[in-house]
Amino acid sequence: MGTVSTNEFKSGLKVMLDGDPCSILENEFVKPGKGQAFNRVRIRNLKNGRVIERTFKSGDTLEAADVVDVEMQYLYNDGQHWYFMNPESFEQVGADAPAVEDAIKWLKAEDVCTVTLWNGVPLAITPPNTVLLKVTETDPGLRGDTSGGGGKPATLETGAVVRVPLFVEIGDLLKVNTRTGEYLSRSKG
Amino acid sequence: MITAVSEYSASCTQREWRPSATFDNLRLRARLLAAARGFFAERNVLEVDTPLLYPATATDPHLHSFTTCYTGPGVSDADGRMLYLQTSPEFAMKRLLAAGSGPIYQLGKAFRNGEAGQRHNPEFTLLEWYRPGFTLVEFMSEVDALVREVTGASLALGRTQYLSYAEAFIRYAGIDPHAASNASLCQCAVHHGIIPPPGLAEHERDGWLDLLLTHLVEPQLGWERVSDDLSGSTTLRRGCPLFLFDYPASQAALARIRSGHPRVAERFELYIQGMELANGYDELGDVAEQRHRFEVDCAKRHALGLASPPLDERLLAALEAGLPACCGVALGVDRLMMLSVGTSLIDDIISFPLATL
Repeated sequence: MGTVSTNEFKSGLKVMLDGDPCSILENEFVKPGKGQAFNRVRIRNLKNGRVIERTFKSGDTLEAADVVDVEMQYLYNDGQHWYFMNPESFEQVGADAPAVEDAIKWLKAEDVCTVTLWNGVPLAITPPNTVLLKVTETDPGLRGDTSGGGGKPATLETGAVVRVPLFVEIGDLLKVNTRTGEYLSRSKG
Repeated sequence: MITAVSEYSASCTQREWRPSATFDNLRLRARLLAAARGFFAERNVLEVDTPLLYPATATDPHLHSFTTCYTGPGVSDADGRMLYLQTSPEFAMKRLLAAGSGPIYQLGKAFRNGEAGQRHNPEFTLLEWYRPGFTLVEFMSEVDALVREVTGASLALGRTQYLSYAEAFIRYAGIDPHAASNASLCQCAVHHGIIPPPGLAEHERDGWLDLLLTHLVEPQLGWERVSDDLSGSTTLRRGCPLFLFDYPASQAALARIRSGHPRVAERFELYIQGMELANGYDELGDVAEQRHRFEVDCAKRHALGLASPPLDERLLAALEAGLPACCGVALGVDRLMMLSVGTSLIDDIISFPLATL
């Protein structure tokens, strides 16, 4: 992949650090007028999600990381891997449990997710911002209550549990924000 | 489709022609420059306008000058004459001082290659002035007066503080910067959660000092605690000028070195709200010492694989003729404007910074 100098540092740049692929979040150039210049960066380790701070002498280089985000359709899981397909090339990849961990409760077949590939292998899965999921379990609905006040838990077809208004019933199709885990609306049809 | 969209947005960015600073900020810039000129007019300090293109330049290993080449009448060499855009107008101004100018100031552009960021732009506005006959203490007080006068009501500053380099390190990093070994400086960084930069070798003492300075010390400099009248218990902080002085002799640059233990440079830096604003010296006048420092710098540059500029023999000749005892300072005007408008981004107060060119 070659190397990148601190001069090329910017938010979103993917580099190798301590053997792990990382993404630069913030880059600050600091230099005393007469002294050594440094780049202070905040960097996310893409394998464990942890954010760390590191400092480099300006002009130093790091190895670039072959990390790309690809939109792929979720197909199925076989208990060990979760399979995604590139809708243009029909190429398929299998993601292991650590890669899907954060996304798993929102994964529904045919939904298009962002698959972060490191050297062609899925590193992380990001579900769509909102998903439409069917309610499989919840307390009986209260007819006439459309205020949304109060609320109750509902289990969705993927296993996710979200807080929903009292009028929601089993079989309803709900729109849910995957970033916050919040109920947004009940879908018609 | 995706490619087409990104090409379109790229061409939009390239056609962005408007300034990055608001007109309010550009008007403040004009007021601040006028106020600085007024300050010196009142004190009978002469405004000078020395060349920005000059055949020599700063030798500091951490300053990188832009170079260019003059060809045409006056230069017989077919390859032309190498000229440097000045990192500060120091050399030419010292030639004026040695020639008997008396107190002088210059307000203009300076250039430093390799410097761009939240607080840096490769072309910036520098206010540099020299005061023959002033002590460093008198001079710091004039710098303080200038900052207060030109920022005026836009920056309510607290009381001025003076802190030695050593006291600052002991207070904010818990280490004596003069006595500590290089290994201890590194351990100090680790102790404060700074992972040592992989490219910083153990022998680079000033590099380790700069690491601790930028990460632990500078952010704490130039703040005054004020109690909150409403709640009484909590304290707020506001900016105040802080002069950091008595630098390690290894960082003397063009300042006199005061003998004693430890030997320290008669150099100060001004900080407000954690931001470095100015660098001043009791100016070195000893020509042999000056030549020696240039040569040491050039040896350091060579070790770093950097080209060295030719020594400024005309400056050395001026020093030999006699530089009056004087103090001098270079103040970053853009940063003073950043403080005045309350922004952390230099691009907010420059009409067309590097990214807009």
